[in-house]
Amino acid sequence: MSGHESTYEPKTGIEKWLDSRLPIVRLAHDSFVDFPTPKNLNYWYTFGGILAICLMVQIITGVILAMHYTADIDQAFGSVERIMRDVPYGYLIRNIHMVGASMFFLAVYVHMFRGLYYGSYKAPREVLWLLGCIIYLLMMATAFLGYMLPWGQMSLHGANVIINLFGAIPLVGEGIQSWLMGGPSVGNQTLQRFFSLHYLLPFMIAGVVILHIWALHVPGNNNPTGVEVQDVKKDTVPFHPYYTVKDGFAIVVFLIIFAVFVFYAPNILGHADNYIEANPLVTPAHIVPEWYLLPFYAILRAITFNVGPIDAKLLGVIFMFASIAVLFLLPWLDTSKIKSMRYRPVAKQFYMGFVVACLLLGWCGASNPDDPILSMGDDKLMVTYTDSAGLEGQRTFVDYQPAAQFRDEQVASGGVASMVVQKAPAFTFKTLSQILTAYYFAFFLLILPVLGLRERPKGEPDSIHHSVLGKDAPAAAPAE
Amino acid sequence: MKLFRPLLLGLGALALGLSAHAAGGAKHAHAPEEGWPFAKVPAGKLDQESVQRGFQVYQEVCASCHGMKLLSYRNLGEKGGPFYSDEYKNANDNPLVKAIAAETEILDPNPDENGDPVYRPAIPADAFRSPYPNDNAAKAANGGALPPDLSVITKARGHGAEGDGASYVYSLLSGYPDPDKIKSKPGEDGLNVNYLEFDKDETVGTLTQPIGLYYNPYFAGDTTPQWDGDPRHVPYGGFIAMAPQLPDGRVEYLDGTEATTSQMAYDVAQFLQWAGDPKQGQRKAMALPVMLYLVLLAILLWFSYKRIWRNVEH
Repeated sequence: MSGHESTYEPKTGIEKWLDSRLPIVRLAHDSFVDFPTPKNLNYWYTFGGILAICLMVQIITGVILAMHYTADIDQAFGSVERIMRDVPYGYLIRNIHMVGASMFFLAVYVHMFRGLYYGSYKAPREVLWLLGCIIYLLMMATAFLGYMLPWGQMSLHGANVIINLFGAIPLVGEGIQSWLMGGPSVGNQTLQRFFSLHYLLPFMIAGVVILHIWALHVPGNNNPTGVEVQDVKKDTVPFHPYYTVKDGFAIVVFLIIFAVFVFYAPNILGHADNYIEANPLVTPAHIVPEWYLLPFYAILRAITFNVGPIDAKLLGVIFMFASIAVLFLLPWLDTSKIKSMRYRPVAKQFYMGFVVACLLLGWCGASNPDDPILSMGDDKLMVTYTDSAGLEGQRTFVDYQPAAQFRDEQVASGGVASMVVQKAPAFTFKTLSQILTAYYFAFFLLILPVLGLRERPKGEPDSIHHSVLGKDAPAAAPAE
Repeated sequence: MKLFRPLLLGLGALALGLSAHAAGGAKHAHAPEEGWPFAKVPAGKLDQESVQRGFQVYQEVCASCHGMKLLSYRNLGEKGGPFYSDEYKNANDNPLVKAIAAETEILDPNPDENGDPVYRPAIPADAFRSPYPNDNAAKAANGGALPPDLSVITKARGHGAEGDGASYVYSLLSGYPDPDKIKSKPGEDGLNVNYLEFDKDETVGTLTQPIGLYYNPYFAGDTTPQWDGDPRHVPYGGFIAMAPQLPDGRVEYLDGTEATTSQMAYDVAQFLQWAGDPKQGQRKAMALPVMLYLVLLAILLWFSYKRIWRNVEH
């Protein structure tokens, strides 16, 4: 914390010499050894460390992959397979990088939901939260660019879908679109620039991560009670060894899950179509993004109606970007003075609903919007006919036999008739994603601002060490 | 919070599971009854004898239309491959692999000193010969349908779980309708039209095969336009340009195994499983030590954590 005095004492001559010129060892010592950390952090707080590991794993494997990858539409697909087949341990490096992207997002979502639950975005940590949002945005861009590189069917057609979104922007849209593609369509030049940017962005992420940690170390960690540290002695422990060992344990457990995917199911988080080499002339039956982008895809597709002069496509794009933009406003949307939802019983219920809504949006994003979730009634058969006298009509049947008989009679008597299925009204994925999208925005724009003014929080402890010792325990006797 | 946890976990698993899900009217592919030996946990292994037989099926049947451009003959003799031998760690020296390569004549990628094309027997370093010089030639020879390259076909089908792709190949190849069930009638333009009659549950009616295409319940597609019956209950699957290729006895196995349709489908699926990821054996072999190491490390860290925090209320 900023108020915390440095306890670093250079011992050897060389350390003293360096410390008076560049106090980098002091910085590391104060940030990662002696940094006072609230003693009540639970396992949800280990995901920051896990994410740092994820970023390092992605950068190291990525740099090695780049040594063997060829960014050329005729060779990219083959070069990725060559890595899997001929590069020593290439199969391992590539699987780690591929699975690692998913694990990175898994961890970042836990990290973000944790921040949301414990109010880690509130004063004095707004900048910390904003920097986190920027990292998340950069991560999405990096993942999207990286998914393009194997040049499979989903790479190409997914890139097409996303770039086309920009085309929906009035006036400048088409310009932006061809600027991104570097030409009239997604082609070799697009692949090359995507590769270049895919290599660049992770280092920008690393830079923002440093700012993120800096912004963390000025106010210090939030904690599950949301109560700020009052007494460094009673409320905190030094980061090392207390949190290095706790984070270390969590990181290894996370790596076990990571390894299960890498070794036993490296392809299960991806889409099989991406092992078909990209072909602009064949469009996959269902274009879906990777799982971690599905909720946003669902929001994009949920908007199927025009509002005034704004058509559905543009509105969908606006909603999708707004769903991320709203995260940046969160510190000022939540009006509650209480940080942790532990002590906000009503907010907690809405929060749980929000988590469920995000997961269900992911489900909607993976599904065909018109597919029914619940059908109301049975599908019927409709025979449309023009009889021999030229009269047009329609008749609906429940059973096939009479419908076929009626159709055949019409045809036999010189008319024209055809049969189609009349779908029963159903609750579709489209409807569900519209409801969930509404809830997503209501949570940020309505529930959090209003609730903070009206709710009655309960049971917030006076301090971290009081909460640690239990509410009824005597306040004395700090446990050290 | 406690109440929500199982629900959240369940929904999370559901969302993850469904994210890789692609809809389609095809019947769900299934593994052979005894399961895939390579998909066993914790250390499944390819049945190399089956992979060898599968290679024979590929060479004698599939290779006339389907290329495998990502494979070289040397791959067959590399570690994890069907003809690997401890005696010849360098597959280029393996006499069996050399002999297999030499059976095929290829166009040398390099012309001779006069610039003329050179045809020569392949060596282990050469890529598998493709049956057609280009996609257009392949389409022209196959009624407009392009026989897909089979190098990574087992990764390009299914939902990404281990064995999904092999199950697809197995189900497709052994899943054509019984030839006795396919009936023939004269069509409008004098050509005979083949059709199938369905009488199962609610799927009752007649399915007419378009000329030059073959019905297969595991092939993604739509049978509605060819279906005379209740359009709410159309048969699974679609029409594939590949005729049934593996009638009983299509190949004569060198090891004396009886070449039934399902045996050949099983073998070639397992060969393609190997070909799609030739290093899967190494991957699986490394899995167990890595998992053990990580679990052990986690246990040690857990006890360190307990010890370091023993005097701190938290």
